[in-house]
Amino acid sequence: MNPQPSLWSLMAYGDTGYGDEFLRGILFTLQISISGYLLAFMLGLLGAGAKLHGNRWLYRLGDLYTTFVRAIPELLLILMVYYMGSRAVNAVLIGLGVTERGINISPFIAAVASLGFIYGAYLTDILRGAIQAIPKGQIEAARAYGMHGLMRFRRIIFPQMIRYAVPGMGNQWLNITKDSALVSVIGAFELLFAAKSAASQTKEYIFFYSVGALCFLTITVVSMIVLHRIERRASRGVRRA
Amino acid sequence: MDIAQCYAFLNTEPGPGFDWCFLLWSVMPALIKAVPISLFLLVTSGVIGNLLAVPIAVARVSRNPLLWMPSYAFILVMRGTPLLVQIYLIYYGLGQVLGGMTWDGTPMMRAFPFLRDAIYYAIFALTLNTAGYTGEILRGAILAVPHGEIEAGRAFGMSKWLIFRRITLPRAIRICLPTMSTETILLLKATALASTITVYEVLGTAQFIRQQSFRTYETLIGAGIVYIVLVFILTRILNWLERYLNKDRESPVAIPLAQTVKP
Repeated sequence: MNPQPSLWSLMAYGDTGYGDEFLRGILFTLQISISGYLLAFMLGLLGAGAKLHGNRWLYRLGDLYTTFVRAIPELLLILMVYYMGSRAVNAVLIGLGVTERGINISPFIAAVASLGFIYGAYLTDILRGAIQAIPKGQIEAARAYGMHGLMRFRRIIFPQMIRYAVPGMGNQWLNITKDSALVSVIGAFELLFAAKSAASQTKEYIFFYSVGALCFLTITVVSMIVLHRIERRASRGVRRA
Repeated sequence: MDIAQCYAFLNTEPGPGFDWCFLLWSVMPALIKAVPISLFLLVTSGVIGNLLAVPIAVARVSRNPLLWMPSYAFILVMRGTPLLVQIYLIYYGLGQVLGGMTWDGTPMMRAFPFLRDAIYYAIFALTLNTAGYTGEILRGAILAVPHGEIEAGRAFGMSKWLIFRRITLPRAIRICLPTMSTETILLLKATALASTITVYEVLGTAQFIRQQSFRTYETLIGAGIVYIVLVFILTRILNWLERYLNKDRESPVAIPLAQTVKP
């Protein structure tokens, strides 16, 4: 009875629909979010270390990093990393004589680098706060036991830091999955890019952007459920009031 | 001094290297001219969005499922999906709807030319997004208002509405002021997303110049400088506003340090 093909048939898997494009987009979004988050975590640890080290210049460097990232829009930072970062890397590589013409930086690398750079700044302050929340006596006790720096970090600081940092880090995870949509402007084939190309090809803007929004919403809701579990697990063995 | 004199002064000419004269004489004036558009986006969507947040927060704390459920869904969608998706959905989606409609026989877009201007769609999307985020913040603040104060209002015989207007809302706004300052800075940064739907605010202008001149460093760094300065000024204003609204809560006497510590 329905001569017009249903909109949902546009989501078919294969050549006739955009189901596979969306699936690939979701996978790419998750890939860049996870990789970017791991990079951000490492940068965050470095940044927190720099800010807490006690050296004035290291502190200033860390402070410059976080202030800079907080003041500049994420979209602009992504464009900066993509256009300027790739040129700078190539200039260095050509200068060192590694390559003749420079290398092509894939949208995946650019996306991970820019998301990692941005969220590294946010995680710096979260991790710094978490480390500062650890009772001083515990670190002194570890020192008194003769633990060296790395062991102190691994056994005393890191496990407790994670517990304090988990709520903030969870929020940043939710934010990084949403901000990963911004890398569609540099041509990375993630979820929003899939929705955009499907919408502009079929002119069914409302339908495809709604499907895209629904996919992002699903990622968020699933993440929220998982994060809640992690939060409970991270604070196991802690007495509650 | 104009751009030619700048080149003469630095004894350089336009080349592939970093072009200070181009940054200072071509990029910066254009970006500064675009600042009012960014601020217009910020102020309109900030004001309307924060006003909309009040009924949303009130509905969210209500016990009536007909009120809290739609409000919960609205907040979840606004906070759970990327702002860029919302902007695209509103700009292209409304365009799809309005493009098919007619007004008195003429197409909608021709009858109301302002509908073709992307800035209104950007404001609409930013407003809804702000309403969702602030609604959730305000909800937390409403729940944080000390219960005794509301009870005191009741003991005075105030009606429900009067209690809300005189006690709950003012207290809640004060509680969430620090968070609201952060949100305002985030909103300023979010206005940059309007550049993706052809709004020529600061980032949009920078992108336009970049695509025209093929000069990446000067345009993007120029935009970065403008945003850093804007955020710096806005932070100052917000700090002042916060202090002004909390004036009666300041410590009564502030003794300058120089007077207390004397060698």
